[in-house]
Amino acid sequence: MKSEVDILRFATAGSVDDGKSTLIGRLLYDAQGVFIDQLESLKGTSDKKENSGIDFALITDGLKAEREQGITIDVAYRYFSTPRRKFIIADTPGHVQYTRNMFTGASNSDLAIILIDARKGVLQQSKRHLYISWLLGIKQIIVAINKMDLVNYEEKTFDFIKKDFLSISQNLKLPKIDVIPISALNGDNIISKSNNMKWYKNQTLIELLERAEPMNNKETSGMRFPVQLVNRVDNENTKDYRGFLGTLVGDEFSIGTEINVLPSNFNAKITKIIKSGLEVDIAKIGDSVSICLDKEIDISRGDMIVKHGDLPQISNKIIANVCWMDSEPMNIKKKYLFKHCNKITKCIVKDLVYKIDMETLEQQKDVSCIEMNDVCQVSLTLLKSIAYDTYSKNQTTGAFILIDSDTNNTVAAGTIS
Amino acid sequence: MSKSKYLEELENEAIFILREVVAEFENPVMLYSVGKDSSVMLHLAQKAFFPAKIPFPLLHVDTGYKFKEMYEFRDSLVNSIGAELIVHRNEEAIANGAHPSKLGVAKCCGALKTQALLDALELNKFDAAIGGARRDEEKSRAKERVFSFRDSFGQWDPKAQRPELWNIYNGSIDEGESVRVFPLSSWTEGDIWNYIKEEDIQIVPLYFAKKRKIIKKDKNLIPLDYSTNSEGNVEELLCRFRTLGCAPCTGAVESSAITIDSIVDEAITATRSERETRIIDHGSNSMEDKKKEGYF
Repeated sequence: MKSEVDILRFATAGSVDDGKSTLIGRLLYDAQGVFIDQLESLKGTSDKKENSGIDFALITDGLKAEREQGITIDVAYRYFSTPRRKFIIADTPGHVQYTRNMFTGASNSDLAIILIDARKGVLQQSKRHLYISWLLGIKQIIVAINKMDLVNYEEKTFDFIKKDFLSISQNLKLPKIDVIPISALNGDNIISKSNNMKWYKNQTLIELLERAEPMNNKETSGMRFPVQLVNRVDNENTKDYRGFLGTLVGDEFSIGTEINVLPSNFNAKITKIIKSGLEVDIAKIGDSVSICLDKEIDISRGDMIVKHGDLPQISNKIIANVCWMDSEPMNIKKKYLFKHCNKITKCIVKDLVYKIDMETLEQQKDVSCIEMNDVCQVSLTLLKSIAYDTYSKNQTTGAFILIDSDTNNTVAAGTIS
Repeated sequence: MSKSKYLEELENEAIFILREVVAEFENPVMLYSVGKDSSVMLHLAQKAFFPAKIPFPLLHVDTGYKFKEMYEFRDSLVNSIGAELIVHRNEEAIANGAHPSKLGVAKCCGALKTQALLDALELNKFDAAIGGARRDEEKSRAKERVFSFRDSFGQWDPKAQRPELWNIYNGSIDEGESVRVFPLSSWTEGDIWNYIKEEDIQIVPLYFAKKRKIIKKDKNLIPLDYSTNSEGNVEELLCRFRTLGCAPCTGAVESSAITIDSIVDEAITATRSERETRIIDHGSNSMEDKKKEGYF
C-alpha cells in the first residue's frame, strides 16, 4: 500500500537564548534536512564568530544582518521530511519587538513549539507565545524545555516548569499541550530517546510531530468557496464556458449541490467541477477547483459561494483581534483597505475596545495609541458588508489583513470574533 | 497513479497563488528558465486556468549560453502548448563578448541575467513576475515572501519585507514597482522530482544521466559545450545535471540515473544541495546580495 505522506506546518517560538535555532538546526541535521555543502559553508561563517564546530543557529539565520547580530529578525521557512510526513517550519523570532513576526509565522501553522530554557523556567515571553498561539487558533502546543543538560537532566526541574506552565495555560482552554524535556545541543529526546533522562517515558519530539493532526482536517463552519476569478472560455474546443475559480475552505460539495452566492443571495446548482485539469464529482476542503453553475448569474471576485441554507454571517460591522504590524501607529481617523477572502473593501476603526499588555497579558482599557507589535481588540465599520465566520469557526473566512493605501504596506492582521 | 496527498496540497496552494497573481495584477509574466522548476510551474499554470489557455506570457531571460538542448526543448514545448514566449537578451553585453572567463562570474551574471531581467520587466511594463525559486534552495531564499515586493529599481529589501499572513497576499503597488511571486515556495527538490514523476511532466533530457564530455574545474564538472572554451583535460563521464543554468557555469554530477525513478531516489537521498553545482552561488557575492540587486 502506498504510504500517505502528508504535510505538517509548525512554528517555533523562543528567542536565540532559548536555543531555538539550535533546535531547528538539530532537527534538520538529524533528519538530513541540511546538506553537507551548506554545512561546510557554515563552518566558514562560524569561524568569523570564533566558534568551534558548527553553530546550528547559522543554518537558520539566513540574512547577513541576522548572522552579524546573532538574532532572528524575520520569519524563515525550513523543510525536512521523515518517511511519514513532510514538515514545514516557520522559524519565528521571539523577542517582544518581533511579536508581529511570530504572528506571521504562526498564522499558517498546525502546531507551535514553545521553547523554554530549563535554567530560567517560564518567562513572560513563554506566556506571550502561548497567548499568540491561542489567538491564532493553534490547537496543538509542544512545550520543549530545553538545555536540560545544563540542569543535570533533573526530573525535579522539569516537573516544576511543567506544572508552572500548565497552570498558566489552563485559562486558555487549549485542548492539547505536550511538555517534553530536551537538549537540542546534544540531541536528547529529539529523534531518539535520551539516555540521560530515563525518567521521561513519553514520546520524543519527532514522534510528537509525526503524530500531530494537520489543521486541514479541522472541523469547519460549512461549505465556503470564496471566488478568486471568473474564467471565460469560448473557442472551437470549449463553447461558452464560464467557470468560477477558487479554493474550498469548508465542507465538501459535489455536482448537484445547491448553492447561494453572497452577497447577492442568488441560488443555483453546481453542474461541473474541474480539479487539477480534470472533471471530478466532489471537491474537498483545500481543493483549488473551477466550478460551473446551471444558471447565468452575476458572480465576481470576492463573492462567496456557500451551500444553500448554510449561511455565514453577513455584516459591515465586526469585532476583531488585531495585531498591529506597521511602524506608523494605528490612525483611527484613517480609512484602511480591508482584505478578506479575495475581496478588498475599506474600513475605519470605530472603537478601540482594549489592548493586551504583552508583558502581563491583561486587557488594558482606555488606550489611545496602538503601535507596532501591539495586540488589541477593535470594532471595525466596513464600507461594504462581507460574508464571514468567526475565526474560531473558520480560519480563512474569519481572517483579514489591513493595508495602508498610502504606503501599500500590510499594517495589521486580524481575526474576527 | 493517483497523486500523493502532500503533492496534492502543494499543487492546490500553488494554483491558488497563480490565480491570485492574475486577479491582482494588470500585466503579469511567468519567468521561464527551461529548467525542471519552470516545467513544474508551467504545468501548474495550465491546470490553474484549464480549460482556458495560460493568461500570461512566458519570459525567458536568455544569456546566449544555455545548453542547446534547452533551446530545443523550450521551443518545442512552448509551441505544443500554444503559450506566448518573450525571449529577452542583453544584446549590448552579448555583443561586447560578456563571458564569465572575461568578466568574472558575478559581473557576467549581473549583466546577462539581473540587468536583462530588470530591462525586460521595465520594457514590457510587467507588474508581477512569477518565478520558480524555492525556499529550500538557499538561506536567503528561505526568507522570501510568496508575494515579494520590489521597488521601482527592482530591488529587494530583506529587512523590510511586508508581513504575509495566512494565504491573504498583498498585491498593492504603485506605478513602476513590481512584485515577484513564488508559487513553489513550499516545495523542496524532492517534491519537484516526485511531482514530475507522478504527473509525467516533460523535462530537458540533460537531467538524465548519459556519457558526456566534461572538464574538471576544481570540484566542478563543467560540460564541454559548444559555447565553452576548453581549458584543461577533457574526460568522458556518466553524469547528469541537477540544475540547469548557463553552460560555462553549470556543473554536472556523476550519476547513473537514467530514469525518473532513479532521479527521485537520488534527490531524496542527496547529501549535497543542488545549488552546489551552480558556480554563481559561490564566492563573496552571495545570493542575498544578488537578490537585493534584482536577481531572480
